[in-house]
Amino acid sequence: MNRLLQLLAVLVFAAFAAPALAVLNVFSSVPEWGALAEELGGDKVKVYTATNALQDPHHIEARPSLIVRARTADLVVATGAELEVGWLPLVLQQSGNARVQPGKPGYFEAAQYVRMLERPDRLDRADGDVHPGGNPHIQTDARNIARVAAPLAARLAELDPANAAAYQARHKVFLSRWSTAIANWEKQAAPLRGLPILVQHKAFAYLEDWLGLKQIAALEPKPGVEPTTAHLSAVLAKLQQQPVKMVLRAAYQSDRASQWIAERARINVVVLPFTVGGDETAKDLFSLFEDTIERLLKGAQ
Amino acid sequence: MRTPVSAALVAALSFTLPAHAANDADLAEIRAQVKQMKESYEQRMAALESRLAEAEKTAVKAEKRAAKAEAGVVQSAAAAAPIAAATTSASAFNPAIYAVLQGVYANLSQAPNKYVINGFVPSGDIAPAKRGFSIAESELGFSANVDDKIYANLILSLSPDNSVEVEEAYGVLTALPGGLRPKFGRFLSSIGYLNDQHQHSWDFYDAPLPYQAFLGGQFRSDGLQLKWVAPTDTYLELGAEVGDGANFPGTERNRNGVGDYALYAHAGGDIGANHSWRAGVSYLGLKPQDREYVQVDTTGVDSQLAFSGRSQLAIADFVWKYAPNGNAQNTNFKLQGEYFWRKESGDLTYDRDGALGLTNDSNYASRQSGWYLQGVYQFMPQWRFGVRYDQLEPGSPNYGSNAAYLDSSGFNPKRYAAMIDYTTSEFGRFRLQLQQSKLLPDITDNQVFLQYVLTLGAHSAHKY
Repeated sequence: MNRLLQLLAVLVFAAFAAPALAVLNVFSSVPEWGALAEELGGDKVKVYTATNALQDPHHIEARPSLIVRARTADLVVATGAELEVGWLPLVLQQSGNARVQPGKPGYFEAAQYVRMLERPDRLDRADGDVHPGGNPHIQTDARNIARVAAPLAARLAELDPANAAAYQARHKVFLSRWSTAIANWEKQAAPLRGLPILVQHKAFAYLEDWLGLKQIAALEPKPGVEPTTAHLSAVLAKLQQQPVKMVLRAAYQSDRASQWIAERARINVVVLPFTVGGDETAKDLFSLFEDTIERLLKGAQ
Repeated sequence: MRTPVSAALVAALSFTLPAHAANDADLAEIRAQVKQMKESYEQRMAALESRLAEAEKTAVKAEKRAAKAEAGVVQSAAAAAPIAAATTSASAFNPAIYAVLQGVYANLSQAPNKYVINGFVPSGDIAPAKRGFSIAESELGFSANVDDKIYANLILSLSPDNSVEVEEAYGVLTALPGGLRPKFGRFLSSIGYLNDQHQHSWDFYDAPLPYQAFLGGQFRSDGLQLKWVAPTDTYLELGAEVGDGANFPGTERNRNGVGDYALYAHAGGDIGANHSWRAGVSYLGLKPQDREYVQVDTTGVDSQLAFSGRSQLAIADFVWKYAPNGNAQNTNFKLQGEYFWRKESGDLTYDRDGALGLTNDSNYASRQSGWYLQGVYQFMPQWRFGVRYDQLEPGSPNYGSNAAYLDSSGFNPKRYAAMIDYTTSEFGRFRLQLQQSKLLPDITDNQVFLQYVLTLGAHSAHKY
């Protein structure tokens, strides 16, 4: 019994003790922000990514493993714009970690720092899985990564002032590498400008906006609603007037609808990694976009 | 004893010292750097915004040109209309609101108003719906932050008989350090796995038999709850609750102090990307006073019984979920099971006809158990199939001198269920459930339920 009491005393004191900021524990809802935090934080941060590229970020279960990681996090980095509304609020609430609740410095939403596209004019669940804040898949435009990097570096510095200079320095290096890379990608992707495409889910609005791709139709009749044969047939009919070269889908999505349409319309299916880890090549933010553009160019041939 | 504790104290306190000791000059420099970063970021945002404004201007110009054509017609009307709602209304701080609507068509071979489980005396809403069409309980929820320290939630349940019940009404302290989030008010207890999940998120139409028999459906009380997740790498949640103990298996007691107490621990985690699990043990202790129920005695008369004493319940629960790559969207599988043990001891009053014609007081002791196991498989998006088996072991209670009037048959109630459901989205579900229920010797109830569950508004995510 005495042993048990001693153990309990240690546990309780350890729980109330302020955590030592040897490294900043970063909990990232999706892989892209985890990768960005690693670029900006280097060895000053320890990043945990709650989802992988083969999971649908809209539909994740509030698993015990996520709750326990949020419990010890110093900073939660989410996309926001209700992308994670189905699971992250519950994870944060059940973790009991007061430092990472929305509104606290330990909670960061990337979507607040970019210009949102496809903000719906009317909010009605009859329109499918609509997000009041606009399309949340902001990471498909490389310029948005840079827009999020600056406030994220500032937030890391705010939470860990001892290493503020290091975050600033790493941000500077990252930004200059990233700007060069963007210029290169835009040059490479020039042939894609004005190219008509199909998408499976409306997941590529920012990519289209950046590279000038022209979305003719989506295979999902409404965002987040499974494609139906009737809708696919209508899309197929539309392709008679407006032919496309390829249909895009994210690595996490089922391949049935895109295969169905590709076979009938004789177009290419381009599976984009969508985020870091979406395929074997997309290992970090740089290779993610290299691979994305390479795949698009290949699909456009 | 003293030395290890003080050593632990020293160790714990040493954690509290920040790892980075910085002097004033360093701090000033850091602050300057942060400020500089903020400024540079603000400049960039301003540049972006001006570019955006320019783009919008061009768009507006084009619109204006188009509008000019019809301007003559709508000019007077447009001048009168305000540009934007300039006043903010009181409703801006309204809480998040949701409603859950449910209904069922039930086809039952036995009358639901005579619903009895052999050897058990539950109370609460456990009988299946009435025969034919009926709506089930509707739920109305309001939640919001009260201020920077408290969050509150109110869930009302509207019964088909037009009565309103407070299902949950609690506050949570949100700003405490150390991962503590005390809850106070009326709430569903977090014992077991299914107990703190609302009925509309269950995988079957009705609660498993052990929940009906031991908890009268679900256990809730008015009281306090303290849950704590350990700051470790593996999930470990410890919880304790105290309450008024007024709900079954407890009773109103008209006493100061604590009427029920619960303790539980849950552990969980992932195994690779495909599997996740959670398992736990729970304990619930109560002291019912004159818990009344009706039981057929050895002479075939409906006799009135009242139990006073101690009721102790232990639950072991587990759930295992499989989803390829952790992506449950297309296919997934969920296996869950719970085992209940209950020990009750105290006094039992026997009243033959309920009118004090023939009464007898005696000691009473029972050990009873029950369990269920269910699996639900989503074989394609939106479609799920599930089976469940539940069973109870009422055992042979020690009736003391009441054994002259009371007897137990030794029959174990059991039930088989299969269901298939279709979700139109996260917010709409239709379910067909077929069930064979053998709760009394020689009586089989074949049941068919066709159920819908609709969710409106700002409904938060479901628990794991």
